[in-house]
Amino acid sequence: MRGAKSAKWVAIAGVVALTATACGGGDSDSNGSGKVDPKGIVSYANGEPQNALQPSNTMEAYGSVVIDALFTGLVYYDKQGNITYENAESVTPDKANKVWTVKLKPGWKFHNGETVTAKSYVDAWNWAADPANGQQNSSWYRDIVGYDEVHPEKGKAKKKAMSGLKVVDDNTFTITLKNGIPYYAYKLVYKPFFPLPSAALKDPKKYGEAPVGNGPYKFKSWDHKKSIQVTAWSGYKGEDKPKNGGINFKAYTTPQAAYNDLRSDNVDTMPLIPDSELANFKQDFGDRAIEQDFSAINTVNPAFYSKTFKDMDVKVIQGLSMAIDRDTIAKQTFAGTRESASGWVAKGVKGYKAGACGEFCKFNPKKAKQFVEDGGGVPGNKISIQYNADQPHEGWVTAVCNSITKSTGVKCVGDPKTDFQADTEVRDKKQVKAMYRSGWVLDYPFNGNFLADLYGTGVDGNKGGFSDKKFDELTKKADAAKTIDESAELYQKAEESLQKSFPGIPLWYNKTLSAHSKNVKNVVFDQAGDPVLSDIEVFEK
Amino acid sequence: MGRYVARRLLQMIPVFIGTTLLIFLMVNVLPGDPVRALWGDKPPDPAQVAQLKHDRGLDLPLWQQYLHYMGGLLKGDFGNTIAGNRPVLDEISQAFPVSMRLASMAWTFELIVGITLGVLAGIRRGRFVDNTVTLFTLLVISVPIFVIGLLCQLFFGNELGWITPTVQDSENMGQLAVPAIVLGMVGLAYVARLTRTSIAENRSADYMRTAVAKGLPRQRIVTRHLLRNSLIPVVTYLGTDIGTLMGGAVITEGIFNVTGVGNLLFTALAHREGSVIVGVVTVLVLVYLAASLIVDLLYAVLDPRIRYA
Repeated sequence: MRGAKSAKWVAIAGVVALTATACGGGDSDSNGSGKVDPKGIVSYANGEPQNALQPSNTMEAYGSVVIDALFTGLVYYDKQGNITYENAESVTPDKANKVWTVKLKPGWKFHNGETVTAKSYVDAWNWAADPANGQQNSSWYRDIVGYDEVHPEKGKAKKKAMSGLKVVDDNTFTITLKNGIPYYAYKLVYKPFFPLPSAALKDPKKYGEAPVGNGPYKFKSWDHKKSIQVTAWSGYKGEDKPKNGGINFKAYTTPQAAYNDLRSDNVDTMPLIPDSELANFKQDFGDRAIEQDFSAINTVNPAFYSKTFKDMDVKVIQGLSMAIDRDTIAKQTFAGTRESASGWVAKGVKGYKAGACGEFCKFNPKKAKQFVEDGGGVPGNKISIQYNADQPHEGWVTAVCNSITKSTGVKCVGDPKTDFQADTEVRDKKQVKAMYRSGWVLDYPFNGNFLADLYGTGVDGNKGGFSDKKFDELTKKADAAKTIDESAELYQKAEESLQKSFPGIPLWYNKTLSAHSKNVKNVVFDQAGDPVLSDIEVFEK
Repeated sequence: MGRYVARRLLQMIPVFIGTTLLIFLMVNVLPGDPVRALWGDKPPDPAQVAQLKHDRGLDLPLWQQYLHYMGGLLKGDFGNTIAGNRPVLDEISQAFPVSMRLASMAWTFELIVGITLGVLAGIRRGRFVDNTVTLFTLLVISVPIFVIGLLCQLFFGNELGWITPTVQDSENMGQLAVPAIVLGMVGLAYVARLTRTSIAENRSADYMRTAVAKGLPRQRIVTRHLLRNSLIPVVTYLGTDIGTLMGGAVITEGIFNVTGVGNLLFTALAHREGSVIVGVVTVLVLVYLAASLIVDLLYAVLDPRIRYA
């Protein structure tokens, strides 16, 4: 589970910028003159999905939102971060959290009439794990016994099926993990764990263009780069039965264009308000503006391999953190649409604890200066923060830098890379000069996802080369816990220990900022910033 | 004339090879790996990256990739996209008709309105009409196109509600009207100014005096004598502008959400989709070459003194 990949990234614009998205409860029906039309179609501002529409090959936001409408997985989670059962009747671990038994609710069908069985899951996962099938999310199965034979680090699959997956009967299968993971059920929320009908594995290309799922909506049409249409499916057995007649995912090329259409009711809602409109979207939409917590966090992380941060006393990093006036910058640069972070885990996930970072995330210029001096200062008295210039990061990076310089006297400059691709390349190659900006959206609503997967020694998500033995031990303990709650608690201890090693400087929690048109009500986004499409109600025209 | 055309066509071959090679090389020196980019800010899976690279032929040496590409091109195969593995030809054949429609509308607009304004201003040089046109064109040239575009969108779309703020259907001519006008605005200003200057100069030429002295009707003097002789610089501009309108509409297409070539090129660049970039630019180069050939041939029509051996 180490280094699991994050749930999604928003094509060019998105999560990259962590330009908060989603939602909230702008569900007042004050605009609703009329009655609700259960057959009404909701239009949603989206973009062209990157890949064919296969659950295990979709990680960016444009495709994700469509896949979520078409498929229903085993489990999901509620606002408190607790597991809810969808297609699964139960998902239960053995004592060591190693063997997980999944029982399905009987009678579920795919849109083509095929019954959803244990085999629909097991076959789909085995197929997706084989590198020859080119599924981008395949490493999500890496916890399962036998994954390495199906998906070796190099070369072709040695076996076609993971030995850890066993079909018991039509509605039961077991997952055997390499190591016990108390919160494994959370991972099953993610798209690669969705089922596929047998025909989809025989002709993946055709099914990628016209997916057949088991979710609340049925695929209707995909007009490339224009729209994807899905309609409510009457045969759906899940709880979240659509309250509308279907969704029209309209492809927009820029968030700005979508925003202007939203203002004149040509589209019903959109995932993220463009940064240029942050200051006025509440005025534009009044009670139709949506602002909601979104489980994502922004940080600036030191590159511990760089000349600047190699062998640096942790006091200096703590000092730099205290030198940043988060509240004021959030107010001025983000028009108050972000909230100062007080730890390394985003709000709204299980195990989130306010104030985990202690006094080090509070603005205190005097102490900041003292800490930097006590720690021996910064080599050359100069640091830089790397960011991608194709997104509106320059403003806040400059503000953070000014705050650092003003408080501590350490010179700080922005280090722009032309675009996100260039930025990630420098990070992947470990050539960051001093610090880089980073953001993380939850993969699953559990605090371990923000800790072990980002700051564990050598995990994929750890781009700054951070390594702390004590932290690794604590996360190992947390992973070996008996129950989810226990594990979450142990992870809180691991998070607290980061105060002493400071792998990154927490800045802000994101919020979902959106709005909806006058044609609809009840628009809500979930913690991952995704719209809850089945709840949207459309007014009669 | 026939030989001239043949020679020009032959010249296109090295230009074509040169540009594709250049673009191909330039895309490859850009930082950022397109396959890695599929994972966004998430850590990629090395086995999967290797597999995808192998499938798309991206693990071959650059020169082999280029030869493969050119070989495919001769057979009309533009290769496949890295993300989604769709034929690039599909993308191109979807985007070009849209841009062609938008560009031709914009072009017609700048041609008709531009020349009309230019003639009016040129004939009434120094008078009220002339000053108005000069001022208007100055304004259009000095205000960036995205400002004009956004203002049109906000004013006509969001405030007045005459149009939808963005184009809902890129194949609908009526919806393309406003973006086309915005797109043609800058060209219009240049056309008007070029025409005006040219007309103003030629107005005092000897043949004009002769024509007036012969007692020809004013209409005939302006259209047959004055305009025809004044149009050569304008035609040159209009010719090369076709290519600019086709490929340079990135901003306008972005504002109005038109899924044309500009848009395709922009997203392809952002995703480092080399084969799409090279493919689009290749077609654009062909458009440029064809347009400039037509312009050169038109010279002879406008001014019979110009003859091609």
